[in-house]
Amino acid sequence: MRNIKFMLRKEFRQVFRNKAILRMILAMPVIQLILIPLAADYEVKNINIAVVDNDVSAYSRRLTEKIKSSGIFKLSDYGQNYNAALKTVGQSKSDLILSIEPGFEKNLIRERSAKVHIAADAVNGIKAGLGAAYAQQIIADFNAEIVKELAAGTEQKFPVTVSSALRYNPYVNYYLFMVPGILVMLVTMVGSFLSALNIVAEKEIGTMEQINVSPLKKHEFILGKLIPFWVLGMLSITIGMSIAYLFYGILPAGSFLVIYSYAALYLLAVLGVGLLLSTFAENQQQATLFAFFILMVFILMSGLYTPVDSMPEWAQWISAFNPPRYFIKLIRAVYIKGSGFNDLGHEFLVTAAFALVFNILAIFSYNKRG
Amino acid sequence: MEKVITADKLTKKFGDFTAVNAISFEVYKGEIFGFLGANGAGKTTAMRILSGLSYPSSGKAMVAGFDVYEASEEIKKNIGYMSQKFSLYENLTVKENIRFFGGIYGLGRKELKTASEQLIERLQLGPEVNKLVGSLPLGWKQKIAFSVAILHQPKVVFLDEPTGGVDPITRRQFWELIYEASEQGITAFVTTHYMDEAEYCDRVSIMVDGAIAALDSPLKLKQQFNAASMDAVFLQLARGAKRSD
Repeated sequence: MRNIKFMLRKEFRQVFRNKAILRMILAMPVIQLILIPLAADYEVKNINIAVVDNDVSAYSRRLTEKIKSSGIFKLSDYGQNYNAALKTVGQSKSDLILSIEPGFEKNLIRERSAKVHIAADAVNGIKAGLGAAYAQQIIADFNAEIVKELAAGTEQKFPVTVSSALRYNPYVNYYLFMVPGILVMLVTMVGSFLSALNIVAEKEIGTMEQINVSPLKKHEFILGKLIPFWVLGMLSITIGMSIAYLFYGILPAGSFLVIYSYAALYLLAVLGVGLLLSTFAENQQQATLFAFFILMVFILMSGLYTPVDSMPEWAQWISAFNPPRYFIKLIRAVYIKGSGFNDLGHEFLVTAAFALVFNILAIFSYNKRG
Repeated sequence: MEKVITADKLTKKFGDFTAVNAISFEVYKGEIFGFLGANGAGKTTAMRILSGLSYPSSGKAMVAGFDVYEASEEIKKNIGYMSQKFSLYENLTVKENIRFFGGIYGLGRKELKTASEQLIERLQLGPEVNKLVGSLPLGWKQKIAFSVAILHQPKVVFLDEPTGGVDPITRRQFWELIYEASEQGITAFVTTHYMDEAEYCDRVSIMVDGAIAALDSPLKLKQQFNAASMDAVFLQLARGAKRSD
């Protein structure tokens, strides 16, 4: 116990003297939380649409006008030549082509049906998919208006109407979704990578060898290394949640206690990852490269940007072993739905298992000696 | 005389390669024992075994009265270690380094206080004690590192090329510290590439290709090899070496 006290005193002194670490802990949450949600916005706006109007009628102009005034599309080209419109797509001036057939108005009135064609530039899949979907919605709207007008007086009603209500996040506040997720990545970085770099630095400068010939026990050294980064991790989540409130006005619908209890457990798991990483890397460059690779997997497999449920099954399996996935799910549930301990038992359990496995593996591979 | 280190046919193999080949020697209390050899001769491997960092493949070794197989933790409490590569934590002050290393070697509050006061007096440190080690010149760092390594009054202190890169005056001062420690009964086990330093040792062993090729006092070695200096003795022996790095 006494040795751990000496280790902790040394570690905290070194951490607070290390300007780079302090900057990471204090500046990283501010920058990441303010910049990333603003930039990585899913809402697709300003889709450039080229309209090929081969009908040039009152109805076709009305449809064009409706698309223009939707607020989602910008009319990049209007004409009668499909190939000319296609050219603007090639020049990246248009993302979408809406082509209206000749006889659009006539068919609509006579046969109550007419065709339009949508072609989307799928180089940017998200923009293409969403653009086409928005356009379809606008056309469906237009459709309904026309049907209503043509049937005026006869009081015709649609047999089925769909009404939807968005629960928990009624205004689909994107920040409420994104900010807590980014907070998780922050805590993960502090817990796993700062700690790994710190331990590897001792290997690199040779003090590790000095520690190894001293009576200091392995577990005392490890605890002395992990406790300060556990504290720093808790500090960084606190800073992060403060920024979420001050900058975005976001507060959890549920309780802070759930988040802090989980974060305390989660940090044990990612500290284990960091410790494991430090036993593989000989120097800080290696550790950084490993960390970079792991971080990519952590982020892409976590559901931060793309929902885990829409991944292929094999990817969902990989993601099941990805600790940030559970924190992201939990923190979103607490922030948005106000979930409590009862709803989140699974996340706590899995994370406790991670903490156990990673740390046992790390201590096992750390104990080797020639 | 009390034996502090005994090695009996100590061997370390890495696969087919025999880094240390059945070396046997004894080191006595208070002795300054020079452990010489060309790069790749097996010095570092032998020293790592004796300081409890590595297990031997075969043979026996006792350090400070403890067996290297069974009681490496006890050995660690009774030895000091200092290498050229490492000299203390650069982002801690001299005082903080003393407290940390003294602390993990189990020195109590009072012992720590007297030990660090003695150290400060011996090295004539003034306001430097509150400076970060990183801001001090290399010579200072090495002298402080040595003093910290013997803070807990170990039976043996292992010095791995302790004066590498240090100017001749500081080297001289450094050796005075070693003499002082030896007078207090602390055995010094030193590796070095400086042959003038080999002359300062009570006894010197020279390793060639994993084995000990010669072991005696510098004076007797010079007579034995009919050489004017330790430099000449070393060259005669090391020239026959088959491996180098």
